[in-house]
Amino acid sequence: MRAGVLERRAAKARRIQESKTDRIFLFGVYILLIGFLLVVLLPLLYIVASSFSSPEAVSAGRVLFWPVDFSLRGYEAVLSNPQVIQGYGNSLFYTVVGTIVSVTLTIAIAYPMSRRTLVGRNVVMSLILFTMLFTGGLIPTYLVVQSLGMLDTRWALIVPQAIGVWQVIIARTYFRTAIPEELVEAAELDGCGDLRFLWSVVIPLAKPMIAVVALMYAILQWNSYFDALIYLKNQDLFPLQLVLRNVLILNTYSGGAMDASVALQRQQLADLLKCSLIVVSSLPVLLIYPFVARYFTKGILIGAVKG
Amino acid sequence: MTTLTPVRPPAPDVPLGRDRRRRKRERPGIRGLRRSLRRHWTLYLLMVLPLIWFAVFKYIPMSNAVIAFKNYNVVRGIWGSDWIGTRNFELFFANPVFWTLVKNTFLLSFYTVLASFPIAIILALALNEIRVGLFKKTVQLVTYAPYFISTVVVVSMTILVLSPRLGIVNEGLGFFGIPAIDFLGNPDYFRHIYVWSEVWQTAGYSAVIYLAALAGIDPALHEAAKVDGAGRLRRIWHVDLPGIMPTAVIILVLAVGNIMAIGFEKAFLFQNPLNLSQAEIIATYVYKTGLLNADFSMATAVGLFNSVINLFLLLFVNVIAKRVTGNGLWS
Repeated sequence: MRAGVLERRAAKARRIQESKTDRIFLFGVYILLIGFLLVVLLPLLYIVASSFSSPEAVSAGRVLFWPVDFSLRGYEAVLSNPQVIQGYGNSLFYTVVGTIVSVTLTIAIAYPMSRRTLVGRNVVMSLILFTMLFTGGLIPTYLVVQSLGMLDTRWALIVPQAIGVWQVIIARTYFRTAIPEELVEAAELDGCGDLRFLWSVVIPLAKPMIAVVALMYAILQWNSYFDALIYLKNQDLFPLQLVLRNVLILNTYSGGAMDASVALQRQQLADLLKCSLIVVSSLPVLLIYPFVARYFTKGILIGAVKG
Repeated sequence: MTTLTPVRPPAPDVPLGRDRRRRKRERPGIRGLRRSLRRHWTLYLLMVLPLIWFAVFKYIPMSNAVIAFKNYNVVRGIWGSDWIGTRNFELFFANPVFWTLVKNTFLLSFYTVLASFPIAIILALALNEIRVGLFKKTVQLVTYAPYFISTVVVVSMTILVLSPRLGIVNEGLGFFGIPAIDFLGNPDYFRHIYVWSEVWQTAGYSAVIYLAALAGIDPALHEAAKVDGAGRLRRIWHVDLPGIMPTAVIILVLAVGNIMAIGFEKAFLFQNPLNLSQAEIIATYVYKTGLLNADFSMATAVGLFNSVINLFLLLFVNVIAKRVTGNGLWS
């Protein structure tokens, strides 16, 4: 009986806490978030819907957020474009090889710097951090790449960007916090060398972090076009992003003089092709994204810890 | 027979022992280094390749920057070319394009920081108000996603969406009877397009850091505020905002420090002959004079000017932030 009264009082108190202004405020928060959601989502929906529409509907601007006159013409055009296919292959190569190189080098520098018994690691770290604040600039870097004979080779897209300072910080912080000092000492007492310890204890323990760092490198590599723009002339080596730039932004697809109706058709197909191309090129990243988003978030947070 | 076993020295008392062990662990100076080298030579070996990489791709370019003070000649090389002092800088400062470039770069970057900094915080605060559930997860996943789309694709999507002929924005304006606007063809729209497409792409990503900071706030503070009768808005103001302040300051410092390093990639992609008067920034100018016109020395001078301003801005803002809030880099 008394308990019931108390409960009711407690419930009343809770209701008072959640005051009217609070409820209005919460409602506002929902509206705001729905706004954010729509602003991000609608342009994406528009592109996807357009990519599945007919060329005429796209060019006439009749497509909103649902395909009009469903067709796969755009995708046919994308998949029959040899440049796109080659760009895809090249990007895959750069991403896989680049990521392996980057991750290896990152671990090689980050792990020693996480060891407290290593003299000189603070000096090295400062030297590395300084490169975040000050750089030689575009042309001086270009001259280095040139003098190494890397211009117009696949190396130019892999080697000059191999190590990211941010990723080094993430890796070092992780090694420092996840590998207890006692473990290192125990291994030393058992006569386990540093390299063997790294290989058979540290790397298996650091798998989640390595996955995060690898993903960061992979996505950077997949999305980059600037290095290709400055270092490559040979079209056969172009990564997908550079092909995309040529087709999407410079409009190199719809060229050539011809009579009006053909030109119109080509223009329509070019508009459609752009939408389909955007979908096709972003698909791999966006497909894996929901599965890795959680790890990515963790990666940002490790990196946010001041090193 | 008496065996004289060497008498061990008495065990040192605890503080001395601890002290000794620490000294053994990391002894500075040459002797410490030699000892550490002997003990960890494999680790030092491991660092060789990455260090060479840093030397070649970061530090040699820094020394290469001397060509800003030279009349660079391909045949004679970087160190063989003639010194010309600061003539490249003087030429650049005297060039009428100088002020346009500085103004465009500054305004564009400043506007970007001004827009994206509060929006990321607002998004994080709003998400934080909703405890759990599918809605929260959906909003987070969706707003985070554009970060993974490449710059090329974001730019071309923006161009498509804003296109006067087929874009949905003009479609929407047409619905209200407003004639189509050629957004990309009008230089006055360039900054807005650049900044808001940037916000579109990065707001969700930036919010993640603030969400983590918010999650780290002691719930007892919220409880106490509730007991004191604070509503949601007041709790955001008095508990959440102070709680994320240290994070926000660091992010602001880094953002301002990057003001002059603003993305070449995006500005370059958005450029067309019509909007160039506002779209030309220092980075794109360096690319054009350096690699397209092959004026290496001039381009390096412009780039160096940019890097130096950048460094000073970062240090300056860091000092201010430390004075005002007690937080900063290296604190």
